[in-house]
Amino acid sequence: MPEIFDIIIIGGGPAGLTAGIYASRARMKTLILNEGTVGGQLVLTHEIANYPGVESISGFQLGNIMKKQALTFGCKIRSNVQVTGFDYSANPKIVEINGSERFFGRTVILSPGGEPRMIHVPGETEFKGRGVSYCATCDGDFFTGKDIVVVGGGNSALEEAVSLTKYASNVAVVHQFDQFQAFPYAVEEAKANPKIKFYMESQVRNILGDDSVKQVEIEHLPTGGKTMLSVDGIFIFIGYIAKTQGFEKCVILNDRGEIIVGTEMQTNVPGVFAAGDCIAKRYRQVTTAVADGTIAALSAIEYLRTN
Amino acid sequence: MLQTNLTHVLTASAHQKLIQENENVMICCGRMGPMCIPVYGIMEELEPEYSHVKFADMEFDNPESHPIRNAPECKGFMGIPFTVYYKNGKLVKATSSIQSMPQVRSILEAQFDNKKQ
Ligand SMILES: Cc1cc2nc3c(=O)[nH]c(=O)nc-3n(C[C@H](O)[C@H](O)[C@H](O)COP(=O)(O)OP(=O)(O)OC[C@H]3O[C@@H](n4cnc5c(N)ncnc54)[C@H](O)[C@@H]3O)c2cc1C
Repeated sequence: MPEIFDIIIIGGGPAGLTAGIYASRARMKTLILNEGTVGGQLVLTHEIANYPGVESISGFQLGNIMKKQALTFGCKIRSNVQVTGFDYSANPKIVEINGSERFFGRTVILSPGGEPRMIHVPGETEFKGRGVSYCATCDGDFFTGKDIVVVGGGNSALEEAVSLTKYASNVAVVHQFDQFQAFPYAVEEAKANPKIKFYMESQVRNILGDDSVKQVEIEHLPTGGKTMLSVDGIFIFIGYIAKTQGFEKCVILNDRGEIIVGTEMQTNVPGVFAAGDCIAKRYRQVTTAVADGTIAALSAIEYLRTN
Repeated sequence: MLQTNLTHVLTASAHQKLIQENENVMICCGRMGPMCIPVYGIMEELEPEYSHVKFADMEFDNPESHPIRNAPECKGFMGIPFTVYYKNGKLVKATSSIQSMPQVRSILEAQFDNKKQ
């Protein structure tokens, strides 16, 4: 007879870990299946300074504390696994990992979070780690005295463009619209920096190089004119998207690929809940993810009590 | 020292000793940052499974990590961590920046498959 969990949580970021803490503390047999490193996007965050009750902490540490809390209450966690199949309409619900192992759950909470948006141009994947980067704090110092491109027009892009001028000689900010989405303070700071040049209404078309990046081709959208920039690197900060590929087979998503939930975090499938950055909502923060995770766990517990 | 549960390599001579005394070695040379932590996590996870491979880390900012930072195989690398794989003391594969579990696993299988237990 296979082991049947009360709650299986797909994704071990702040939302999934919080759901794991609440569910296992309520003595539910709980399993978290996580594709990457436990902690999710927290691991990508050098400093969290807006999590109430904690003045400042690295994302890695905060994630580790959440993980420890969940484990302490008896939650099981499997990390670095790949969910390769599922049947959420079955009773119990089935989740398959790594093409072989199967887990059975009476309820499921989906919390796969988000992933960085790529620009999907030739060279982006080939030159990852060889001039294409998504992390200024990690890789900035490789570009000391060099010229680089920063793609994006939001707060992250402009703040990182400014921070990269500590290393780079020249930073070309490429943004597809004629206005920035960033807050005025970030725009003003970037505009006041003499090392930063702006290419508005433009998009990157090609990343070229040999051992590493050497050139980036950009297109001015209104005129179609192409410019080849000789640079050593390109940093991409164009936001995050819900990591819900494949989930459209089981729950209803909106046109942005986000899971549609009700106020109790319930999806359209009975016994299946969702929480965190993967759901259709406006604000994506650790605080909102942990709140969603709490509600999803409590709703799943209530579902188990009444069904 | 990096906060991981892997073997820490602290000097260039310890690095040399490690790759000479072990047939299959994987070393992740990085910092405690967003692109590196996931790779350490993957290595910790795989360590029990690949008992014929020695898994270790080395601090990127430690001047003693020059054998990895300056390896010809790492030429053009502009993203940490630099992850290097040695077979019988010879560097056989190197990757730059974050890697996923399937990516690491496929390199381990391709380079060190012969003795997987
Ligand atoms: C650089 C950066 C800085 C940030 N700074 C802050 C900040 O200062 N303050 C703040 O409040 N917020 C910040 N955020 C946002 C915050 O990190 C996110 O809102 C929060 O992590 C979302 O939590 P989550 O659990 O929904 O998703 P995630 O953190 O994305 O976690 C999802 C987890 O699910 C796993 N997963 C994905 N797909 C699957 C699958 N199919 N099967 C199994 N597992 C899967 C992933 O590997 C991951 O571990 C930042 C984000 C980034 C990227």
